[in-house]
Amino acid sequence: MKLLSLFFWLICAACEFSATGRAYGHGFAGARFFPATLSTDDPFVSDELSLPTVSTIRTPDDGGTRETDISVDVSKRITPDFAIEIGDSFTALNPHDGRAANGFSNLELAGKYQLLKNGEHEAIVSIGLGVEIGGTGSRSVGADSFSTWAPGIFFGKGFGDLPNEARFLKPFAITGQLGVAIPTSASTRSVTIDVQTGERDIEVERHPDVLEWGFALEYSLIYLQSQVQDLHLHAPLDRLIPLVEFALETPLNRGEEGQTTGTINPGFIWAGKYFQVGVEAVIPINERTGNNVGVIAQLHFFVDDLFPNSLGRPLFGGNK
Amino acid sequence: MKCIVIFLILVAASARLEAHAFLKDANPGVGSTMQTSPSEVRIRFTENIEPAVSSIQVFDASGKEVDKHDLHLDRSDHALLHISLPQLRAGTYKVVWRVVSVDTHVTNGNFTFRVVR
Repeated sequence: MKLLSLFFWLICAACEFSATGRAYGHGFAGARFFPATLSTDDPFVSDELSLPTVSTIRTPDDGGTRETDISVDVSKRITPDFAIEIGDSFTALNPHDGRAANGFSNLELAGKYQLLKNGEHEAIVSIGLGVEIGGTGSRSVGADSFSTWAPGIFFGKGFGDLPNEARFLKPFAITGQLGVAIPTSASTRSVTIDVQTGERDIEVERHPDVLEWGFALEYSLIYLQSQVQDLHLHAPLDRLIPLVEFALETPLNRGEEGQTTGTINPGFIWAGKYFQVGVEAVIPINERTGNNVGVIAQLHFFVDDLFPNSLGRPLFGGNK
Repeated sequence: MKCIVIFLILVAASARLEAHAFLKDANPGVGSTMQTSPSEVRIRFTENIEPAVSSIQVFDASGKEVDKHDLHLDRSDHALLHISLPQLRAGTYKVVWRVVSVDTHVTNGNFTFRVVR
């Protein structure tokens, strides 16, 4: 298996350095470059690799638990408008009281189809369907034993079509997502037996459908410099995209209606030729989410720029 | 783990490759004001460009193309494109570019500059 894997990568390398075919872009709509955001899903399909995304925050669970996640996400275009994604996380839980635990979360798979791309108005709309595969992760870090489906819609819009009188607002863009996470199990029961009395204690945990929504508001200094006004910014400022992300979840039923949790994540992304680096603070919106500020950071590779003639192009359907 | 190491080696090895071409600088500058008519528009990109499948157009405020249709690559800098201009009247001009980098990535953009007299 290791030899097969090595062979695959060598073939990719050989294709890369010998092919003369075409490869096309990631996160572009007209003159707008949309970076891959850290906390909300992207509105475009692309060949990309997030390796790794690291986040840490103290949650209110068990009197305060430090949760640290290290995750990897890969997205691969099958056609110019359709991509599949696969991701997984390694989670470490360190409760204030009690034993630490760590393990992998459930494997996540997704498909995304880009419905619309309008260069003139810098707009992109995609739809997607994700699934968290139950039972593939470790129960010790809270991985569910059941699967959860998550259809959603994703959008991106640059403000480059504003009139020239408002030209310094043109570098703004907004991306966002709206979806519903639908667990395949409405509830799970756990039974504990008191060894002294023999009494059975049945605990029922309910799993509501959850509205997953969020957006990112970003101001691209790349766009400002190249489309609006050259301010002669130098590296690294000239490739910087300050942004604030809102990542929110609202249960829809099963006794938890309206109990929104989420975070507001201000930070920045620096986008280079072949990769981008992003760092954000993670600020809980309410006590239900937590009382402590966390941090998330990501190293993200543009596979279509790194390997434009092999891994970075769609498998089928030519180029677009 | 081995796949990750090999990927990173390939990333390092791919340094010879090009990527998406972003505008690096331009003359007249993006959003600039010129006291006199420039004789040409020059745009330098972050990557080397394929001039045969790239374009730069310059339009006046009424939308009429005013450039001389002679787009060409700089002899010594293959990331630098030139297009000549006639004597321009005072006004605002829009530069619209679409370029293909040598690895065939396509990017486009536009900016304006103003001529005072």
